[in-house]
Amino acid sequence: MPNIYSLERVEEIIDSIGHERKHLIACMQDIQAEYKYLSPEALELIAKKLNISIATVYSVATFYENFSLEAKGKYIVKVCDGTACHVRKSQPILERLHDYLGLQGKQKTSKDGMFTLETVACLGACSLAPALTVNDVVHAKMTPDSAVALLEDLRRQDSEGEEAQA
Amino acid sequence: MSVLTRKSFHILQRRAKAALAQSRNGITVLVCAGTGCIANGSMKVYEYLKEACEKKGIEVAVELKQEIGPDGIHLKKSGCHGFCEIGPLVSIEPMDVLYTHVHVEDCDEIIEKTILGGEVIDRLLYHKDGKPYQRRDDIPFYKNQYRVVLKNSGKSDAEDLMEYLANDGYSALEDCLFEMTDKEICQTITDSGLRGRGGGGFPAGRKWHSVRRNVADQKYVVCNGDEGDPGAFMDQGVMEGNPHSVIEGMLIAGVATGATEGYIYVRAEYPLAVTRLRIAIQKAEDAGLLGDNIMGSGFNFHMHINRGAGAFVCGEGSALTASIEGKRGMPRVKPPRTVDQGLWASPTVLNNVETFANVPQIILNGADWYRAIGPGNSPGTKTFALSGNVVNTGLVEVPMGTTLRKVIYDIGGGIKDGKKFKAVQIGGPSGGCLTEEHLDLPLDFDSLKKVGAMIGSGGLVVMDEDTCMVEVARFFMNFTQKESCGKCVPCREGTRRMLEILNRIIENKGSEEDLDLLEELSNTISEASLCGLGQSACKPVRSTLKYFRNEYLAHVRDKYCPHCNGKKKVLQISAEKCKGCGKCRKQCPMEAITGEPRKTHVINSEICIKCGACVKACPFGAIGEE
Repeated sequence: MPNIYSLERVEEIIDSIGHERKHLIACMQDIQAEYKYLSPEALELIAKKLNISIATVYSVATFYENFSLEAKGKYIVKVCDGTACHVRKSQPILERLHDYLGLQGKQKTSKDGMFTLETVACLGACSLAPALTVNDVVHAKMTPDSAVALLEDLRRQDSEGEEAQA
Repeated sequence: MSVLTRKSFHILQRRAKAALAQSRNGITVLVCAGTGCIANGSMKVYEYLKEACEKKGIEVAVELKQEIGPDGIHLKKSGCHGFCEIGPLVSIEPMDVLYTHVHVEDCDEIIEKTILGGEVIDRLLYHKDGKPYQRRDDIPFYKNQYRVVLKNSGKSDAEDLMEYLANDGYSALEDCLFEMTDKEICQTITDSGLRGRGGGGFPAGRKWHSVRRNVADQKYVVCNGDEGDPGAFMDQGVMEGNPHSVIEGMLIAGVATGATEGYIYVRAEYPLAVTRLRIAIQKAEDAGLLGDNIMGSGFNFHMHINRGAGAFVCGEGSALTASIEGKRGMPRVKPPRTVDQGLWASPTVLNNVETFANVPQIILNGADWYRAIGPGNSPGTKTFALSGNVVNTGLVEVPMGTTLRKVIYDIGGGIKDGKKFKAVQIGGPSGGCLTEEHLDLPLDFDSLKKVGAMIGSGGLVVMDEDTCMVEVARFFMNFTQKESCGKCVPCREGTRRMLEILNRIIENKGSEEDLDLLEELSNTISEASLCGLGQSACKPVRSTLKYFRNEYLAHVRDKYCPHCNGKKKVLQISAEKCKGCGKCRKQCPMEAITGEPRKTHVINSEICIKCGACVKACPFGAIGEE
């Protein structure tokens, strides 16, 4: 997954979608899908290519919950806090992960840049409540313990992967 | 690509039907590929079954049109069965066996015993009260349902256009293109009594008539798949399980109103639905069922998909169209209505996923057939997403007018862990709570309106006796407050103030005046807000205040709620850890802690309100819940 912004690539993405005003959201979605956040340079490029003001681009980018203007961790963990998950105790999972990752206040991404912790209103997996996703893969019927175990596993796999590369 | 004529459509459909009939001579294995089962690992089961069968020399066809020998099997990824709780699900036909909780380890046995041996494996069947159920439709969860929209969900491959065609797919479109006038189509929908399934319950036929009568160069059909209500996943099930029914419904709306462009707006949190719709659109285009001159009728229709970007308010019509236009998804003042000035200020048919999915069935079977299902004022069926503290969670479709009791007890199997029923939240953050006295209330648009609730899109979250209803109200207010778009003051400021009050009450710091304040604010917000989100934002608070006032009073008067503050839990000081420093005693607002310096202190649980001040004050971590 490329993390360093390449403006040529951003331009490619925009060109593949279209240059009309109605393509604004789709452009931002596809760019974010690749880089996990929207950089100021990318937003400026969108404004230029779609021929709309940078203020308009920012107004849309900040309106929608899914767009992030900040870099995110390697793994994005979204704990579902929809009604069904909530009544089946999703809150303790969120609190436990918050503690486990050592997040302070409104901080979302762990210091090592590994995990970003977010909530989502409903994943539509209510029968499997409480659920969470890691990079959009749904994990069902979680508990605070199993959630921490899942993150520990990911961390282990990751360090093993790096060792193998080295 | 050759042009599809009406005649070649008939040939295509005949071929599809023949292929389906042919496949029924052999064995078909359907692995559920809904979001729920995939999360439980059903795709691993699918891959393993495929490999293992091929290793054993069994021919495997993954598409209907693939031809195989007499001993070969068809392996399909089916749409959601709705009973996600017992997944991953695998069904095998023609034996009509439904296996539950199937994992890779079970696959060899399934191949040996069931596929090759024709034997049923008892341990994988659904069991209830010690009794095994072989056929899906005998299981009480299914037996009590009546499926129209979800009819083929779980029984056919959602990604295979041939399967949809074999089940009379696109025949309704053909009728509309060649046998009916635009007026007749609108009239059929009006006669059927179909009402918008997105929550409003507005008659779909009337909407279509208005758009048809409007004169404009360009008209649009928009499908609202922005199912944002937490606890609702019906539209997801339809889009994933039967995407062509939505597309066909939209096409028919196009024929009926003269619209030539269609947009489906899908929630970003439903990546699988987006994928399935994309595949379905692609296949329909390749077959000539979408595009220019459909079936040689001269009718053109083009379909686009828009992904939402995480704004609940975009479920509101004018916000949704603004979002498709690439703008901030904020509602505007109405009128003008969407039927007059919708997408790009053109006349627009805007309906919900489930509404469109009903349309082909209504055209095929006639308005009278549809009217005969459910009560007179809200005919048809309704899908519900049953979740929360109920035994069987999942996707349910019943005739309108079915009682809550039937849905929760007969289909849902009652309350989990043998607990007592307390309430059900219907219609998400815009709906209300229903209590035991409403269990025999028929579920339809008008009956629910009378008691201050609404069907909404159809989320049913069941709550047991251990749930604090103030906390439930706070949960929904927290949701709407976050999702308020900020355009109008009553909603933006009002929901924030209400949330503050509710937080105060939950923390046992509220007063009785706060309850009056909540009511007053509710009235103002519902009357003065611009759109449905604000107007209905206070419904959860209102209905909980009405039916569960006692619980609010417990918080504000007694400063103690048995649900939030734990039933029997009391704060205690550990004699081993306590050094008798007295910090806790000084911090206690109730003077509930006594003890002499350097001696173990004690909390009087009769006086203690469990505010936790002592826990924070203790430097030795000696105080905790017991």
